[in-house]
Amino acid sequence: MSELYLVGLDGSDASQRALAEAERQAKLSNAALIVSYVIPWSPFTFSTPEENANRHQRREEELSRASECVLKPEQQRLIGEGLETGIEVRHGHPARTLVQLAKENDADMIIIGATGDRPLKTRIIGGTAAAVIHIAPCPVLVVP
Amino acid sequence: MIRFPVFDVQTEGGSVDQAIDALIAPVTNLVQQVILFPLPIPGSEANLPFVVVWLVVAAVLFTFYFRFINLRGLAQGFRLVRGDFNDPRAAGEVTHFQALATALSGTVGLGNIAGVAIAVSVGGPGAIIWMMLAGFLGMSSKFVECTLGVKYRSINRDGSVAGGPMWYLSRGLADRGPGLARLGKFCAVLFAIFCIGGSFGGANMFQSNQSFQQFVGVTGGADSWFADKGWLFGLILAFFVALVIIGGIRSIARVTSKIVPVMAGIYISAGLVIIAVHIEQVPSAFSLMLSSAMGISSVAGGALGVLAIGFQRAAFSSEAGIGSAAIAHSAVRTDEPVSEGLVALYEPFVDTIVVCAITGLVIVISGAYVADSGMGGVELTSQAFGSVIGWFPYVLAIAVILFAYSTMLAWAYYGQQCFAFLFGDSRAVAATYKVLFLIFIVIGASMQLGAVIGFSDAMILAMAFPNLLGIYFLLPTVRRELDKYMEKVKAGTLPIFRQ
Repeated sequence: MSELYLVGLDGSDASQRALAEAERQAKLSNAALIVSYVIPWSPFTFSTPEENANRHQRREEELSRASECVLKPEQQRLIGEGLETGIEVRHGHPARTLVQLAKENDADMIIIGATGDRPLKTRIIGGTAAAVIHIAPCPVLVVP
Repeated sequence: MIRFPVFDVQTEGGSVDQAIDALIAPVTNLVQQVILFPLPIPGSEANLPFVVVWLVVAAVLFTFYFRFINLRGLAQGFRLVRGDFNDPRAAGEVTHFQALATALSGTVGLGNIAGVAIAVSVGGPGAIIWMMLAGFLGMSSKFVECTLGVKYRSINRDGSVAGGPMWYLSRGLADRGPGLARLGKFCAVLFAIFCIGGSFGGANMFQSNQSFQQFVGVTGGADSWFADKGWLFGLILAFFVALVIIGGIRSIARVTSKIVPVMAGIYISAGLVIIAVHIEQVPSAFSLMLSSAMGISSVAGGALGVLAIGFQRAAFSSEAGIGSAAIAHSAVRTDEPVSEGLVALYEPFVDTIVVCAITGLVIVISGAYVADSGMGGVELTSQAFGSVIGWFPYVLAIAVILFAYSTMLAWAYYGQQCFAFLFGDSRAVAATYKVLFLIFIVIGASMQLGAVIGFSDAMILAMAFPNLLGIYFLLPTVRRELDKYMEKVKAGTLPIFRQ
């Protein structure tokens, strides 16, 4: 059985480099890829009644935008390159959700960009990459 | 010292105000006489408005009918808020916590902070005990409303969720037969009319009027450059409200919705600090509250008089039985309507029981209410806090303005839902309502509103008549739902997702 790598995209340049690296690794070891996009979300935020009323609608829009605009084009391209590629979009805490996806899909490696977050947040409370490294069930490849 | 002239509704003022007052006074007096019809309490000079009796009777009935759901539902409600039952596949949908937080930011405000002070200054320390009891009973009313709100919610053409009393009254009663369908429709329309009135009045003009008073107070009282420029303040306030409700600038709404809980947190912590500093006085403060509640040394004559005052302020504070919160709770993502009802138990618990206990203790401990200053409302609360934490009145002033702003945003939404219920779900209808809402903000800030404020308060309370009348017919439905749900809880068949 071939290996499976999970890539986390978030629209940042670093995550694009992570995807390129994942592509290279996958070709080397003939692995399959899952390209994922986590929409930052918490169940404990405060919102307005209007936002709540439209939440279901917005969620659908967010999911389809992420998959149509970001993930599907990459999936097409990677399949064209001969790589077996799946996609996943989720709402949630970025690090925890990535790890959850890795567990669900039994991934062999998580590949993420080093600096998706704003630099200040990374300095003070640590970035997503650091958090993933702490709780990941598998090796993590962090691409600068 | 900052003055908080919150409840000084003056009747003098410009000729325009007088003309408006004179014009609408007969109408408002009639409405007030019916809705706030004062029932005399035997053996005392105090009166109990009819609507308060209506609210309390319902709350007591619901408490017994659902076998003290306000106690036995708390544990499950807490687990729901904590997210034990949040399905990760539904991540991104409205959670129980979010629905509760949204509803709370609509109710926390002047009613809670000023309400206790008014109760104490009119009814003595004992009123706090009765207010807390009323809050406790009100939890049952909230449970019923919010369960029904979720059960009978509907989906608009644009895919947004619409729920609340107008929907459960019309749809719920229609389920129970053609005769009741007509009553349901009638109650729903009446509720929508009162809710629109309330959203222009107590939740709009009153709020903008009071925040203007606060603003003038902080910027130098009568000498403030703003003192006679209420219209300007109103325009600025209307501009900020318009940014959110017309401009759809969600970031402002989001910032507000974050600041309000922070402010509430600061308020509660400051209260706890003051109580902790004077911890040795707490037992005597409690015994004073209890003896005064029993009428041993009360102000307004007899235990019943104190009870009347406490219950009335609690009705304004928690809005339990009014139906407004059900609109906010309806957007939650769940297949179990009862689950949101159990979560809603925490709303009166926080905004009336906890806030009352803390505010009340601070006022009693500080002795601020004894000093015969004729103060009431926020002014008294502010002085009580200020006697221990000198700078706190400034924080309170900012908090009051922000609470008013968030109350306006929440009610703009409630009113718009009711407007859409009456006139149809279209862009033109929504825009009409929003423009009206903005105009009332400016009017509210620029005038000394006498009759108008009484009228708008009455409108909010009047929502309880169609709301509770319809709910009585829906009680068996809620009971069936509750029994089914509680069986699942007992059997442990509800899916738990918490790791």
